[in-house]
Amino acid sequence: MSQKFFDLLRASYRSAVPHVGELGIELTRVGADGVEGILPYRPEFLGDTERGLIHTGVITTLIDSICGVALLAHIGQPGRVATLDLRVDYLRPSRPGKTLVCRAECYRLTGQIAFLRASVWQDDPAEPVASCLAAFMRVNQAVDPAASPVLGGALR
Amino acid sequence: MSAQPNPAMKMEQARKLARETRDCSALLALVPYAAWIGLRIDLADPAAPVLHLPFKPSLIGNAALPAIHGGVVASFMESAALMHLLLMLDEQRVPKSIDFSIDYLRSAHAEDSWASCSVERLGRRVAQVQIRCWQGDHAKPVALARAHFLLAADAATGG
Repeated sequence: MSQKFFDLLRASYRSAVPHVGELGIELTRVGADGVEGILPYRPEFLGDTERGLIHTGVITTLIDSICGVALLAHIGQPGRVATLDLRVDYLRPSRPGKTLVCRAECYRLTGQIAFLRASVWQDDPAEPVASCLAAFMRVNQAVDPAASPVLGGALR
Repeated sequence: MSAQPNPAMKMEQARKLARETRDCSALLALVPYAAWIGLRIDLADPAAPVLHLPFKPSLIGNAALPAIHGGVVASFMESAALMHLLLMLDEQRVPKSIDFSIDYLRSAHAEDSWASCSVERLGRRVAQVQIRCWQGDHAKPVALARAHFLLAADAATGG
């Protein structure tokens, strides 16, 4: 079941989350113990043309996306999850022309709440450009008619 | 290279244009990602800029609801804080993000979003900015966020 669900997550990720397709995020590793995704560089991602730095908002979006998938992979079945909060520390400048890599994992899951951590790097995982802690909520589909049971409703 | 205005001058000119004519396009051009997501700046009250993110389908994060991607809400608010600082301060360079923290209060519907910012602490090196994002009703924010930025004074010393 798990592997099938992981494959489904991978296959449907871009179509279920239009903005992910727009940015170009791709899942490279999906597992219950963590998910990795990459975001290849585009000039539109610059936030500072003088220094040539990638906008931190791009990094936050990548983190939020990968955390959502990491939570679903950890739960192991379709469902809807919503970010409660996240805090990102920008540890190093991220350089243009280089792919961003994000790894996220759920380190505590309760019936309703999940706690995740994520890290983003470019060349070397040991030299992250950002780290993040996030809390997510599992949306109760029974009381949320807007939530769809299909995978399209599984991701935000 | 000497024919090109230096970056500080470019920023000064862009800010002057925004303040005098309310045309923020030159200022937005200095932050390509903000322009790319479609951010606009309303300077009807020059002392209180309102940042505007017109809805477009590519911003959707949940196709089934549909709802704007949580990451888009966050990066809109980060961009809003940055543009607010560029407009309200006289920085010569784009401030650097130190950290960013966001609380999601409601899901963001497939409609336009707005943000307003307040600088709660302005030190010599660091600015603390509070950001509020709403859609139809200002009293019902979609998200609240805060951010720290490193100001250029420190960048000159290599920070």
